[in-house]
Amino acid sequence: MAEEKKGLFQRLKEGLSKTHKGLVDKVDQAILGRKKIDEGLYDELEEILVTSDLGVQTSYKLIERVRERLRRGESDDAALVKKYLKEEILSILKGTGSGIDTRRAKPFVIMVVGVNGVGKTTTIGKLASRYRGEGRSVLLSAGDTFRAAAVEQLEVWGERSGCGVIKHKEGSDPSAVLFDALKAAQGRGTDILIADTAGRLHTKTNLMEELKKTRRVVEREAPGAPHEVLLVLDATTGQNAVSQAKLFKEAVEITGIVLTKLDGTAKGGVVISIVDELKIPVKFIGIGEGVEDLRPFEPSEFVEALF
Amino acid sequence: MFDNLSERLNIVFKKLRGHGTLTEANVQEALKEVRMALLEADVNFRVAKEFIDSVKVKAMGSEVMQSLTPGQQIIKIVRDELASLMGGVLSPIDTSARPPIPIMLVGLQGSGKTTTAGKLARYLKSKGKRPYLVPADVHRPAAILQLKRLGEQLSIDVFDSNAGDDPLKICQEAFRAADRGGYDYVILDTAGRLHIDEELMTELSAIKGSISPSEILFVADSMIGQDAVNVAKAFDERVGLTGVILTKLDGDARGGVALSVKAVTGKPIKFIGVGEKLDAFEPFHPDRMASRILGMGDVLTLIEKAHETFDQKKAEELGQKLKKDSFTLDDFKDQIQQMRKMGSFGDILGMIPGLGKLKGIKEMAPDEKDIKRIEAIINSMTRVERRDPAVLNGNRRLRIAKGSGTTVQDVNQLVKRHAEARKMMKMFTSGGMKGLKRGMPMFR
Repeated sequence: MAEEKKGLFQRLKEGLSKTHKGLVDKVDQAILGRKKIDEGLYDELEEILVTSDLGVQTSYKLIERVRERLRRGESDDAALVKKYLKEEILSILKGTGSGIDTRRAKPFVIMVVGVNGVGKTTTIGKLASRYRGEGRSVLLSAGDTFRAAAVEQLEVWGERSGCGVIKHKEGSDPSAVLFDALKAAQGRGTDILIADTAGRLHTKTNLMEELKKTRRVVEREAPGAPHEVLLVLDATTGQNAVSQAKLFKEAVEITGIVLTKLDGTAKGGVVISIVDELKIPVKFIGIGEGVEDLRPFEPSEFVEALF
Repeated sequence: MFDNLSERLNIVFKKLRGHGTLTEANVQEALKEVRMALLEADVNFRVAKEFIDSVKVKAMGSEVMQSLTPGQQIIKIVRDELASLMGGVLSPIDTSARPPIPIMLVGLQGSGKTTTAGKLARYLKSKGKRPYLVPADVHRPAAILQLKRLGEQLSIDVFDSNAGDDPLKICQEAFRAADRGGYDYVILDTAGRLHIDEELMTELSAIKGSISPSEILFVADSMIGQDAVNVAKAFDERVGLTGVILTKLDGDARGGVALSVKAVTGKPIKFIGVGEKLDAFEPFHPDRMASRILGMGDVLTLIEKAHETFDQKKAEELGQKLKKDSFTLDDFKDQIQQMRKMGSFGDILGMIPGLGKLKGIKEMAPDEKDIKRIEAIINSMTRVERRDPAVLNGNRRLRIAKGSGTTVQDVNQLVKRHAEARKMMKMFTSGGMKGLKRGMPMFR
């Protein structure tokens, strides 16, 4: 067990290596040349944080906090900067609870939304496999009725994980698919229903309206549902992810974020920015192609692996 | 498209135009702000610096400073430099090679390769060519099926590959089949990866070595920003690119990729994807894009779009009707439907010079829902009512509202809109543009 745990941590560390290089290594370099702390160091830190996609606002806040603590401690040991930075990042991330308790309702309804090409269907496939592995019964709703063969893509994942898939024809009303899936899940006594939706750019008002309608249908048919509305974000988009999260939050009250493709980018810092600016918890992160690479987000483990 | 950048630049230029004469300090100040705007739009640091340097050299010339409108001159210089930064002129795809001409699409996961393959094939078909689609992504579940479906929708032939096949073999066999079948283009949709990995590059190099495609196009998600430019560079080093296709430009991407990719990689952008429908795909004209970014509109693309989508016969019929002043509600519905075929109203408005600059104009554009409501109301009318809205009394309006699931207010609003449109059309035919301008509040 301990061995396995270490293995997982190692994978996380490897997945975050690009972000580590862009953020922590640079902080080290900035500190290395200096014995004492001066304004130049703060400026340099700010640049490092902003270029790692932490966003201007969050970077500024972090630096102010570090500065404040150093002043209080009346220390000018540059090495403390890194320690404080790490602690402050953790305190931002810890501010939001994570994890999903799927046992609080039955069927537990998870709606998955996001822009095109972020990995919604793949995320659903991996989530389904995870829950099936825990012995739960899972039903998938093929709500992407727009893109060609999106339904079949979900069906492949359904087969792999051994879950049923409720589908309609391509081009049909996505709300109707979810309505049927909900009825089926209620009738069969399924534990978890995961609803796929078509990818949509967050700036398209009419498509966001369609999504709102889908959510309303769920609310009406199953009081308390959807229990989770997860927004899937592609970590490589950096700060644009913040804009996506904001607009999706306004439209469908997302309850959590799944951040995919973290291993492909040096922009992993965007996690911190999203949590800080929008106060939306990160529920899962994707650090590789394997099913086990989509994992619950643990703030302390994440920060430990990053630094 | 690139709204933030547009807005920022327009503020800078407004200040510049305000000065009667320009001093060097004015110009320096303005260019500093342009540089900030570019950096905020995620343009590569080095590219932004070189851009500003070259604008500065041209702007500081005595001819510019002493001209009557130095502000305008500088804006023109910025526009021209923006265009040349993006490649200057249109880079068309290879048409001279012996058919079938192979085009290979490469890129990261989720960038939109398969959809782009469909869009590109549709584009070539609309130009009278015979494209052949080849699904060679055996990794992603249902990727092959997705392309087959797109082919069905577009009535374009698709090679029958299977997920168990070797991608290299698929491409070779498909190419031979296309040669026998007399196709003009073979479009190869390859697999994507999360990031540049050895296995993928080997697969792509093998396909390249065997088929030697005339075009290897890198499909890039414009929302990714600078990373996309770096990845393009890496792909170019390993497989050699001939150009770039930028996707998802209809979102709120900041423009960094569009502005830097040519300068950093030396490869031109050949096409852009501007919407989720299969016809939302255009050849990339750097000069027109530069005008659009500066809020000068893009009349040329607008005219081309109108030409492609408007039905010539219907347009003539409409002309006749306008002369006779018999523009009915049916014609009104027709007009709206024709406009819709050109793309979203927001996009069209952005192409009209002057309108893009008006803040909030895009929100004013009717959305799909509005249009559907209008159609429903008109469909609930009798033929007599459509021909002559004057007969619409209270009772009739109530019946129409009930029939179309709307309210009497909605019906009233539509009738009013139609009357306004009719009035405007009349002015258009009698007084020409002058009359139209007077009739439209925005131009006052």
